[in-house]
Amino acid sequence: MTFFSHLKKAAIATAFVLGATAVHADEQYFPLQSYRVGPYAAGGTGFFGGFIDYLNLINIRDGGVNGVKLTWSEGETQYEVEKGVEVYERLKSNPDIAAWNPLSVGIAYAMIDRITDDKVPLITINHGRTDTTDGRVFPYVFPLLLNPYSETSGIVNYIASREGSLDKLKGKKIVVLYHGSPYGKETIPIYELLAQKYGFELSQIEVPHPGNEQQAQWLTIRRERPDYVVLRGWGVMNPVALKTAQKTGFPADHIVGNVWSNSEEDVIPAGDAAKGYTAITTQASGEQYPVVQEIVKTIYGAGKGNLEDKGRIGSVYHNLGIVNGILNVEAVRIAQAKFGNRTLTGDEVRWGFEHLKLDPARVEALGAKDLFHSINVSWDNHEGDGYVTFQQWDGKKWNVVSDWIAPDWRLLRPIIEKSSEAYAKEKGIKIRTAEDADAVVSN
Amino acid sequence: MSYYDFLFVIEVLVGGLLSGVMYSLVAIGFVLIYKTSGVLNFAQGSMVLFAALTFVSLVERGIPFALSLLITFAVMVALGFTIERTVLRPLVNRSPMTLFMATLGLSYIIEGAAQLIWGTQVHGLDLGIDDTPFEVGGILISSFDLLAAAIAAAMVAGLSAFFYWTRIGLAFRAVADDQFAALAVGLRLPRIWGTVWTAAGFVALVAGLLWGARLGVQFSLSLIVLKALPVLVLGGFDPILGAIVGGLIIGASEKLAEVYLGPFVGGGIEGWFAYALALVVLLVRPSGLFGQKTVERV
Repeated sequence: MTFFSHLKKAAIATAFVLGATAVHADEQYFPLQSYRVGPYAAGGTGFFGGFIDYLNLINIRDGGVNGVKLTWSEGETQYEVEKGVEVYERLKSNPDIAAWNPLSVGIAYAMIDRITDDKVPLITINHGRTDTTDGRVFPYVFPLLLNPYSETSGIVNYIASREGSLDKLKGKKIVVLYHGSPYGKETIPIYELLAQKYGFELSQIEVPHPGNEQQAQWLTIRRERPDYVVLRGWGVMNPVALKTAQKTGFPADHIVGNVWSNSEEDVIPAGDAAKGYTAITTQASGEQYPVVQEIVKTIYGAGKGNLEDKGRIGSVYHNLGIVNGILNVEAVRIAQAKFGNRTLTGDEVRWGFEHLKLDPARVEALGAKDLFHSINVSWDNHEGDGYVTFQQWDGKKWNVVSDWIAPDWRLLRPIIEKSSEAYAKEKGIKIRTAEDADAVVSN
Repeated sequence: MSYYDFLFVIEVLVGGLLSGVMYSLVAIGFVLIYKTSGVLNFAQGSMVLFAALTFVSLVERGIPFALSLLITFAVMVALGFTIERTVLRPLVNRSPMTLFMATLGLSYIIEGAAQLIWGTQVHGLDLGIDDTPFEVGGILISSFDLLAAAIAAAMVAGLSAFFYWTRIGLAFRAVADDQFAALAVGLRLPRIWGTVWTAAGFVALVAGLLWGARLGVQFSLSLIVLKALPVLVLGGFDPILGAIVGGLIIGASEKLAEVYLGPFVGGGIEGWFAYALALVVLLVRPSGLFGQKTVERV
């Protein structure tokens, strides 16, 4: 991105902000706490680029959602919590907010109480607090498609499928190399639980933030001679892990990355060391899906694409942004079917998310067959039973190497409920019922 | 201890020493500036990022490797002289804290400028150095780290020779010893500082290429400055030898600590262990193992 393109973007963003202050009655507004500069800008530009591309597609192709135009404006957070909160405070005064989508665990944590008071949904696709899955306690938070525990279960199920079956995990040795942060540590107990259940030997090794030095950890791994290493990394930790694995002679095709170790930005800096590396994802990468093709034709063809570098169309973060766009738009559409084709309140959109059921047939109709599997959100299950798949890096691109795999939701649900109920007790929150969830604030 | 365990200790030690050399590469850039101007240049990490990002962006635009190297060096020279002219010269005779704060601000400006000019994408950097390990007596050694150590050693030798056997090197040392005396004998401080910042820019370029090839060229590259700080505290802020020995001690001890002490305290200790070690040295020898002791008349 050049200096002049930054100027152009700033001008466009200003225009959006000015436009957003004059929202009309038939518009639905998305405040975007984006990060286009700073250490995590590569992920931010991809995700928010994909999200905006999809919103643009709906506006240009369909004239909005049932005639309701989608609007948005951006505030730069640099992925920093205090800036994310500042942007929230600045943008929350805009009318007709549909949902918040910060793509940041820290910012999302800081917003939970605020958006609950505002009665506006907070979407944390593929991330966030695991126990926010429990809609009985967290009515406005939606860790759509995948929470950290489901991710863990999906990874273990995938390793089992490579070994032949879950029984074959017995006696195997798995090392989890995790980022030294609350995010990295969140899955420690669930890996321990799954190790006990399936009988594999487990070792969990921490890498201190930011993870630019991992010699000691990988020498320890070499000594332990595991069958698989699960990489639960973030940012620079991921390519360094792959490079150090190569240095210590551990094969890349026995390293399985989690959902924040699965992008092009994680493997390209590692060069040849990343060849054969596999990572989990909820959405496949590539441009071949009809909805991505439509974005290329309709949006980029008209010179309105959000990505500066067209080579990033169909990348992991771009496609995640597109899927996030689909889920947001469909929640609005579902809510409109109940409340009317008009601008909705945040609480009405919450109701839409709580009825967000897209089966494979509907996903195909949306042009996203094989891009993602399905979702089945309910008032008490805010994750929506997302399926996962696994992609392998061939040195140039990701290739899908597994079927869609279901995490063991039934095993995880009691653990999630235990955690959310403890949170409710601590905060004095009344646990919702289905009737409570159906009571909607329309003004 | 079995033979295998013994080999493992040696392997961790060798790996740590080689990592330590990489820390020294960054620390040398600090030493050069501190030696001649008394400024702790916190922007050294950003200069490493800027150099690596400039180089890789030029290569990706089809400019040949050698020419990209040359252009990047020219850019770093220009950056060095610009910093001297616009930041250091106006702040001459200010307190060390003021100068430190200025370099802290400079660090953010350079980082922001790097992203503004070259974008936010993550880049791979292939220097054509094979990174597959080879085995010596049952110990795996990284060929890349070994070559990096050789480059660092060559750079230290070159800088030492430059400081001791050239007229400009002599002028550097004179300025480092006593700025007022150096001025009195007719040395031109701004020119010398400009040259020193250029030398620091060169060190940043070398460090940027080697660290960039190791981590990828991305924003986090500037965080390697955090690895250099305990090296400086331990080795002393002004001797080049201190940066090298400090790097080796920090590299080896943090790796051994992570492997052998880490499991008893939950792991992930190498990030702070280096600072704990530096703190202990600071308590015993406030000027570091090789730093000059300052004696002032009161």
